[in-house]
Amino acid sequence: MSYDKDHTVIRFDIVKNRRKFFIASSVIIIIGLLFTLFQGLHLGVDFKAGTRLDMFIGKTFNPTDVEEVIKKEVPNVNFSKVTPYGENQAYTRFDQTISSDTLMKMEMALKAKYGQQVSKQVSSVDPSIAQEMVQKAAIAVAIAAVGIAIYIAIRFQWLFGIACVVGLAHDVFIPIALFSILGLEVDITFIAALLTILGYSINDKIVIFDRIRENLRTMKSKTIPELEHLVNVSLWQTMRRSVYTVATVFFTALALAVLGSESIQNFSLALLFGLVSGTYSSIFIAAQVWVNLKERNMKKKKEVM
Amino acid sequence: MVKWGRFLLFLVVVGLLATLVATTTKQVAGNITLGLDLQGGFEILYEVEPLEAGHKVDIELLKSTAHMIERRINIGGVAEPVTTTELPNRIRVQIASQSADQDKLRELIGKPAHLTFRDENGKIMLQGSDLAPNGAAVGYDDLKRPLVTLKFSDPKKLEEATRANLHKPMAIFLDETMQTNPTIQSVISGGSAQITGNYTQESAQELADLLNSGAMPAKLVEKQVTSVGASLGTLALEKTMYAGYIGAALIFIFMLVVYRMPGMIANITLAGFTYFCMVVLDWMHATLTLPGIAGFILAVGIAVDANIITYERIQEEIRSGKTVLSAFRAGERRSLITIIDAHVTTLIATGVLFFFGTSSVQGFAVVLAMTIIVSIITNVFGSRFLLWLVVRSNMFKKPFWFGVKESEIREL
Repeated sequence: MSYDKDHTVIRFDIVKNRRKFFIASSVIIIIGLLFTLFQGLHLGVDFKAGTRLDMFIGKTFNPTDVEEVIKKEVPNVNFSKVTPYGENQAYTRFDQTISSDTLMKMEMALKAKYGQQVSKQVSSVDPSIAQEMVQKAAIAVAIAAVGIAIYIAIRFQWLFGIACVVGLAHDVFIPIALFSILGLEVDITFIAALLTILGYSINDKIVIFDRIRENLRTMKSKTIPELEHLVNVSLWQTMRRSVYTVATVFFTALALAVLGSESIQNFSLALLFGLVSGTYSSIFIAAQVWVNLKERNMKKKKEVM
Repeated sequence: MVKWGRFLLFLVVVGLLATLVATTTKQVAGNITLGLDLQGGFEILYEVEPLEAGHKVDIELLKSTAHMIERRINIGGVAEPVTTTELPNRIRVQIASQSADQDKLRELIGKPAHLTFRDENGKIMLQGSDLAPNGAAVGYDDLKRPLVTLKFSDPKKLEEATRANLHKPMAIFLDETMQTNPTIQSVISGGSAQITGNYTQESAQELADLLNSGAMPAKLVEKQVTSVGASLGTLALEKTMYAGYIGAALIFIFMLVVYRMPGMIANITLAGFTYFCMVVLDWMHATLTLPGIAGFILAVGIAVDANIITYERIQEEIRSGKTVLSAFRAGERRSLITIIDAHVTTLIATGVLFFFGTSSVQGFAVVLAMTIIVSIITNVFGSRFLLWLVVRSNMFKKPFWFGVKESEIREL
């Protein structure tokens, strides 16, 4: 059965160069960490109390005119600049929750100005609920990661489990870092995106680990060069699948991000970041972490002998 | 030798599927309930507080309050509100409707509507709970002005109250607002009384309905409100569907170009997958929301991955010099475990999302979990069955049909 292993074309020695990938990822993560620490995340109303108001104006409009209308209704409340998006839509955010009566009056005033087609979308969150959501979200991510890691440890080996968790931490952190760097809004759908990324990135890692495990049975891997060759072969055997799969999902997510509704744009964007990061980390981080762990194991055994 | 029987069976299966999809898709799609973000509507999260300080909110109170909210929304004439109680003390109300007057409904839900009859010292003589079932109705006075008539379940109680307060005023309060303050002219023995005031036909009916539905057993505080205007919802649906079509078309072309004949089968099963997901959504009476659609499109990606893993494996086996048939067998067998592993981990993630997520995330999780199960049936077993039929028909023995060049094949 070894013929198709030895004939696998290795276009580039990934394992030899793994240190470079570790450094590259560390750099991005450290920059992201600094951004998150000093700039923080741009939290949406789901996580920070207040009211978000989306307006469908249905006509060309001047944001400052809309701001005037809003200011007239709530003279003492801080709100963000009215930001237009899509065709004839705009949104703004209030620091505090706004009553339905007041919002109704705003809608009426806008209708009087721009016509009956004006419609609004409101999302209000009370501070106590907002805090609870942050906690729930963090717990959900942590539990999902642990659950998946346990599954891997049972199905494979604990070394794969560790490599997986390292890769997952990488894949959760990269979208967070990028959202912080780009100043994009983080809301509850972002959490949904993160968990989807977790599931996806795990898929990717499993396919690769499965192949490594299968090759471990049929190929010699007693020495370190043999092991490194085995991992290289496994990675290149699954490379087409890794690239094709991420490509198909990437296309759909891209279509959603570019053409989809504005309310899931950030979701799609988080997915895009996560998909790329997940595929990258499966090949260049998780598998390589496993090589490191395995080699350390092999060296230890030798010293004992 | 070409086995026409198998190929014919393949054509029949595909033909049946195509007919089913073509004839019922419109109906199935029409049956699916759209979430409030796709058709307009609103969602409110209430915190339930007891009416009197010191009382506790328990599950019974939550349930009866939720029940009362539903009845009141029905007064407003809106079909199928969804109320969910969330322990310890919350009730979530979702109403997906384009026509609902949101602001009026919110007002209606929040009204305590506690009816009391008080004597001149403010002592409560009778209350709403003394009313007969459906005892409130609209009536008319001599001048044909609408009023609300009340029928009490125990005429004696009313008789005693009126006797004790004869020729004295007895005020009728709705919560702490006095509605009317009539002076009792005579002892009422029949058990019927009236509330007069400045009512229109409509407002009298609304008051009668409210009284019949009784007092809200607890105080409701709005904690979180999401409301979507109808045109914004429709716009979001259209855009997302459009994006979905584009994404699907890209996948379709990609699979066909890279994997040829198996790619075609993947596309057929993907169409079937989409159709069956809609059917199941309909069965589950699930509400399709925007995150749900996103989860669904993602599931399409996972379903495609199942096919890619299998076909890559088959291609690999063909390149190693095997015949198409044995490559098909080996590829199917070796890819199965990987695919199942991948599906199970995603199911774990959806389970966590469901148990720890909030409302909209839960919707996403349910849709994703459902699609993963459907995907195993259609894109793992369904596509294997179809591919098996085609391979066994011996009509596509050339590696070309599997996207493999002759030059790539090694000698055994």
